Amino acid sequence: MKTFRIGGIHPKENKFSAGKKIQTIELPKQVVIPLSHYIGTPSEAVIKKGDLVKVGQLIGKANGFISANVHSSVSGKVTKVDVQLDATGYKRPAVFIDVEGDEWLENIDKSSDIVRECTLPKDEILRRIQDAGIVGLGGATFPAHVKLTPPPGKKAESVIINAVECESYLTNDHGLMLEKAEEILIGIKIIMQVLDVKKAFIGIEANKPDAIKLLSNLAKNYTGIEVVPLKVSYPQGGEKQLIDAILRRQVPSGKIPIEVGTVVQNVGTVFAIYEAVQKNKPMIERIVTVTGKSAPNPGNYRVRIGTMLSELALDAGGVPEDTGKIVGGGPMMGRSLMTLDVPTAKGSAGILYIQKQESIRKPIQNCIRCTKCVTVCPMGLEPFLLMNQSERNMWPEMEANRTMDCIECGSCSYTCPSNRPLLDYIRFGKTTVGGIIRNRAVK
Amino acid sequence: MDKLVISPAPHIHGGDSVSKNMTTVIVALVPALLVGLYYFGLGAIIVTLTAVISCILFEYLIQKYILKGTNSIMDGSAALTGLLLALNLPSNIPLWMVIIGSLVAIGIAKMSFGGLGNNPFNPALIGRVFLLISFPVAMTSWPKPIPFNPSYLDAETAATPLAMMKSHFGTLPTTLDLFLGNMGGSLGEVSVLALLIGLIYLLIKKIITWHIPISILVTVFIFAGILNLANPEQYASPVIHLFSGGLMLGAVFMATDYVTSPMNPRGMLVFGVGIGIITVLIRTFGAYPEGVSFAILIMNAFTPLINTYIKPKRFGEKVKVNN
Repeated sequence: MKTFRIGGIHPKENKFSAGKKIQTIELPKQVVIPLSHYIGTPSEAVIKKGDLVKVGQLIGKANGFISANVHSSVSGKVTKVDVQLDATGYKRPAVFIDVEGDEWLENIDKSSDIVRECTLPKDEILRRIQDAGIVGLGGATFPAHVKLTPPPGKKAESVIINAVECESYLTNDHGLMLEKAEEILIGIKIIMQVLDVKKAFIGIEANKPDAIKLLSNLAKNYTGIEVVPLKVSYPQGGEKQLIDAILRRQVPSGKIPIEVGTVVQNVGTVFAIYEAVQKNKPMIERIVTVTGKSAPNPGNYRVRIGTMLSELALDAGGVPEDTGKIVGGGPMMGRSLMTLDVPTAKGSAGILYIQKQESIRKPIQNCIRCTKCVTVCPMGLEPFLLMNQSERNMWPEMEANRTMDCIECGSCSYTCPSNRPLLDYIRFGKTTVGGIIRNRAVK
Repeated sequence: MDKLVISPAPHIHGGDSVSKNMTTVIVALVPALLVGLYYFGLGAIIVTLTAVISCILFEYLIQKYILKGTNSIMDGSAALTGLLLALNLPSNIPLWMVIIGSLVAIGIAKMSFGGLGNNPFNPALIGRVFLLISFPVAMTSWPKPIPFNPSYLDAETAATPLAMMKSHFGTLPTTLDLFLGNMGGSLGEVSVLALLIGLIYLLIKKIITWHIPISILVTVFIFAGILNLANPEQYASPVIHLFSGGLMLGAVFMATDYVTSPMNPRGMLVFGVGIGIITVLIRTFGAYPEGVSFAILIMNAFTPLINTYIKPKRFGEKVKVNN
């Protein structure tokens, strides 16, 4: 079975919510819809206090190239446009709406009927994706229409669908594939149409045999779509790793996938694209996994964007007694949350409760130079060296040792027998080195 | 619910630890130790216990009274150094020499550089080479292998196969005896079989990779093979080179020491090839019959250089960029 060729680890999968039916949680009384995204410029509010909005109505307009439209996920009254602490730990602009009923814009197709035909021209499809505010749901929340518009002179030969879900615990993509397989395949067809490619690969790790089987069977009705089962290994969901696993091509340092003739989209994004293009439905809800070793009711929940995570947690059985840390996202790359009183954003993949005893890191010991961090690094870097250089402010040396290639997957810190905070130091170094590089480019 | 812990990702750890690694290596050494106990009996028990206990004790005392640092003996590295030192000694060596060897290994080669992780040279080998240079007679009169040997200092001695090759005197043991360990030698180096079991265990447990041991063994085999083909009268067969002396113990357990070996597969191959070449050179053309210890220590000195100039295979390294 295929997998990427350099490094990788295999943490305990702990996918407690695998195979659980997606549940829709009750509509909250109030939502706080973030206008900012993890990357890019925050959107500009186009409503004001006191306005009445419907589900699907535009409330934030994209502001710049890397930005996305924001739509109301509920119907009701705008109470204020203000800042709100979000999952990143910063206070950022958001729209506060008091929920009244559940009234949708008329042009949105709310039904679950599958719409197969898509005869729209390429430009119209892209415009719909852009209007619907679709961003990548794999974590980076990069605007989808930008990714689907290769830079001039570059042409994709294939598209890769990232259905790897290599993070332990998370099962939202898995759940979506089991329930919306047909829609996902139509979404892939639409993407192939936009990119004008003949070939699409869906990369799924072998720990989801039901999804592999289902999609492989259905894919027989679609020409050019192939399901590629992958050997379980973290971080296979990393864009560069996934391309290497499927195409045996390595995207060069500092380049994007189009350089090797492909474009990668997350499977959740594909479904959102289907909904945007075929059902005219903007990105107003997503699937969130709520899980953890002592989570009372691990599962996949369909949540309106802007719902407070605390309400979702309550609906999912409450926060377990022995929780020491709450992570927004997966255990390897998620962010630890100060509080659950933050809104669900487009990029919120999960709530993970970590037990007290696992929350606190063990004491740091001397590096014994065991080479394990080098062995597991999926980018072929030397984490031990980068950490040493970061500790000593050796920025030019860090750059020469390719610190900017680091994808921050955390495999080094995970594997270190001396519990050394390798990634913490590398991240710090990356920020500084990145700044130096940008300054140099300006001059 | 109390306050939440906030920390950067990753939020889980694989559970590996220094002491787990050290314990696994010690377990991998058990077969070699058992063979040593079988052939060298009482002496082997005394030497091993003395080396292990004195290494732990010296580390404890130095940490407590000189460095005034946290107690580090529980990480298992001192015990491992003691065990490796013992396996590199003849079993009829006087106790006080073992204690001096332990002091040099722990005190000079390890703790004076700042303890675990900071030493440039393999501590057990420094201990062994110090003894070899200081007490050449005691370090090169090897006891004859006798099952469950009850004698210690007064054990009957026998020449090692390598010494026989060098002096062209005596009858070499059969290849099978060499493989099983029925020959004179340091108490842990004699049995190729036991050491190979240890190697397989280390590989399965992913404590080491194949690069260092295999590159050493292949290099020795090829280099000695060429010499042997050129002049079979003068130079021993490569199989005898592989199966005798400290080569197997050195290749599997001494050269693979984490702290003193290179940090990526390519560097490890260079390191291993270097050790292989130097070993055969010393064995064939040098003054000593055996050269594995020296070869490893010399290559230890090159490790920082190797780490600086030989880098791991980067992602996307071979891809051409069209701009």
